[in-house]
Amino acid sequence: MSKTYDLLLSAHKVTKRFGGLTAVNEVSVDLKLGQIHAVIGPNGAGKSTLANLLTGDMPASSGHVTLKGQDITGWTPEKISRNGLGRSYQKTNIFRSFTVWDNVRLSAQSRSQPMPFNPLAWLQNADAMQDVNQRAERAIELAGLKDRRHALAGAASHGEQRQLEIAMTLATEPQVLLLDEPLAGMGVAEADSMVQLLLRLKSSHAMMLVEHDIDAIFTLADQLTVMVNGTVIASGLPSAVRADSSVQAAYLGEDH
Amino acid sequence: MSDTRAPLETLPRSLNILLALALLTLAAFPFVGTDYYLQVVTRMMILAIFAMSLDLLQGVTGLVSLGHAAYFGVAGYALAFFTPAGEPISLWWSLPAAVGVSALLALIIGFLVVRTHGIYFIMVTMAFSQMVFYAFFDNKALGGSDGVYINFKPEAMLFDLENKTTFYFFTLAMMLVVYLFLRRLLWSPFGRALSGIRVNEHRMRALGFGTFGHKLAAFTLAGALAGLAGYLWGAQSGYVNPELLGFHMSAHVIMMVILGGMGNFAGAIVGAFSFEYLLHLFKDLPEIAGFHLGKHWQLWMGLFIVALVILAPRGILGLFATLLKSKETGHE
Amino acid sequence: MDFINFLIQLLNSVQYGLLLFMLAAGLTLIFGIMGVVNLAHGSFYMLGAYLAWSLAALTQSFTMAILIGTVLSVLFGLFLEWLLFRHFYKRDHLDQVLLTFGLIYVFEEMRSILWGDDVHGVTIPDALSASIPLTDTLSYPVYRLFMSGVCLLLALGLYLLISKTRLGMKIRAGAFNHEMTEALGVNIKLIHALVFALGVGLATIAGMVAAPVSSVYPNMGSQVLIMCFVVVVIGGIGSVKGALIAALLVGLVDTFGKVLLPQVAGMLVYVLMALVLLYKPEGLFKN
Repeated sequence: MSKTYDLLLSAHKVTKRFGGLTAVNEVSVDLKLGQIHAVIGPNGAGKSTLANLLTGDMPASSGHVTLKGQDITGWTPEKISRNGLGRSYQKTNIFRSFTVWDNVRLSAQSRSQPMPFNPLAWLQNADAMQDVNQRAERAIELAGLKDRRHALAGAASHGEQRQLEIAMTLATEPQVLLLDEPLAGMGVAEADSMVQLLLRLKSSHAMMLVEHDIDAIFTLADQLTVMVNGTVIASGLPSAVRADSSVQAAYLGEDH
Repeated sequence: MSDTRAPLETLPRSLNILLALALLTLAAFPFVGTDYYLQVVTRMMILAIFAMSLDLLQGVTGLVSLGHAAYFGVAGYALAFFTPAGEPISLWWSLPAAVGVSALLALIIGFLVVRTHGIYFIMVTMAFSQMVFYAFFDNKALGGSDGVYINFKPEAMLFDLENKTTFYFFTLAMMLVVYLFLRRLLWSPFGRALSGIRVNEHRMRALGFGTFGHKLAAFTLAGALAGLAGYLWGAQSGYVNPELLGFHMSAHVIMMVILGGMGNFAGAIVGAFSFEYLLHLFKDLPEIAGFHLGKHWQLWMGLFIVALVILAPRGILGLFATLLKSKETGHE
Repeated sequence: MDFINFLIQLLNSVQYGLLLFMLAAGLTLIFGIMGVVNLAHGSFYMLGAYLAWSLAALTQSFTMAILIGTVLSVLFGLFLEWLLFRHFYKRDHLDQVLLTFGLIYVFEEMRSILWGDDVHGVTIPDALSASIPLTDTLSYPVYRLFMSGVCLLLALGLYLLISKTRLGMKIRAGAFNHEMTEALGVNIKLIHALVFALGVGLATIAGMVAAPVSSVYPNMGSQVLIMCFVVVVIGGIGSVKGALIAALLVGLVDTFGKVLLPQVAGMLVYVLMALVLLYKPEGLFKN
């Protein structure tokens, strides 16, 4: 008996051209609930650009993206986020002058944010918003930062900042997670915790993982897509992709 | 904009005590000061409200507006046009109406400029406020370069604003209300979002915040509060002219906010008082060997500004905070 | 409006536009490459005008005045860059705004101390004082054509410099990535100083050349600065081509506006800017 998975995010032939350069060339990717879809490729393969296209940070030159059944092509990043897509960044993108707690709390606040022109909201106390605090607590606990909540984000260690990066994304309670190199620059123990966290998140999310760490990929990924120079050269089950000769030649190289 | 200087959002206890003392001093001042100095301090308090309104935009949200005086001046002009030649106008509707005019102007211009970033934002805010300046300067119907007189202070019925002491306390009350309101706003969800926009707008959008709407709301509110200050200015001086809307006024209020220290509203008050004091100081400089130092006050002010930017970019409260920090580490 | 009047206004538009371009090109380059906003840019325009007045009186030769004036102001610009501006390339825009606003005050007062507060005129040199007759009653001053000519020549020179020379290539490279350009062996500090000097030079020459027509008076710098900002916003920061097209556009709108719709003429340029902002918030030709 095969499990049916919900198709939460689907990118169909998305392309991005910068003048004469095609950074992303007709890439299609499907993200299903309960699965981790890893996207790998050498530097400059277009992986981060692809992520930017999916989150609305950049407009696509052509192609469609569908989120939970809705066509989100051309939507603003904030609208896409509010509809359940969360992203973490390769280059740590936190609020450096806030504490760890304030970072996560503000992220959680996005789901309860009152209309900006509402004068009553100008007099509310942000720290007294119970639902926001609960959401933030959950996220900070998942990311393992409970004991570091009062640290200044900019002064935290690199590993803690990467954890914070994830916590902020989780605080918005998305159904789809787009994680850009969550393991980047982490030591062995930290990377291990992160891998465990990602496995725990899998069952309740549809996840796309952009990564370089090959071992982590083969532990985590249910689906694997390989990109080179903006084009997908192989996609499917990790074992199949690993055995693909073009992938071996272009990317995995001499090791296998 | 970047967060290269983290503002003193949470005021240290020592500073709060100092502020309370300052408030007491201000409340007691009319009983010891002369009429002239009463006027001077009233003016300083009006400018403090103006500076606090800019602090919301610049210190909290990170939007550097070079055209904030437009909203200040427009409210003064509104009072001038509301007030008939022969009798006063009621405070109770003219004040909200004038503030409303400023808010509306800020909403319209804000809608156009808030979509720009960085240096563009600085340039377009300046450009639009110059447009407002020329609209008044070039039009005889709006008073032209001569300006407009306000023959009577607004009528409050419960108290008499023609009395300088009453006007002083009314202004002091307004300044206090604005300060407390803004401090409350700083810790509201709206205020937290604005701070987030200052520190990392890109991430705010990625988290799902509608940053355009937030910035526009901040711009409009800041304009409305500037209008409150402008109304009081017009009421106090009895005269408005295009200079109140101009580039120099906009630059002065930026200076006040930076001089005091951005992002906590107390700095804006300190900055407004200090800047006005310095201005008087420079203008009153004596003549030495035939060279009238006071006449060239712009030179001293200019050099002071350059020195400030090089030596104390976080302003007076910033220096205060550094002093506190070094005291703390000194005790270890 | 008949054809002759139209032609006159068109020539005036182009002349005004080209003058604005001289200022806007410098501003947009300095911003695009070094990332610094200079509110005191208008002060160089004013400096040029006052130098033209002083030097023309001193040397009795307009040409000499322009040559010496250009050299003096470029040296002054290089000095300012070395003393102050280069330390502000990496700082907040707010700090740059403050610094340059303080400089405006200082420059205005220095001008007041050195040259006084009166309005002065600069006589058009004899060789250029003729007028080309267009009809029985109307003629067009040769000097205005000369102004347009000088600006066009400098615009052409700028274009050739930026797109055809190696120095221009280095300048463009520096706009994209300072560290990398430096790593490639280019002396980025020198490039910055040269770009700043270029900006100052263009602004000063504009002031000198415009002096006979606009007169020499206090605050002439701030008035032109505002138009300059509008041009850079419409054209797109960093784009010299954008600055040219936007300057000509502004010249056209302003000149024809004053003739056709005098009551709202002052606002028209801002309406134009507002329209551009609504559709292209980063300017028409953003890099």
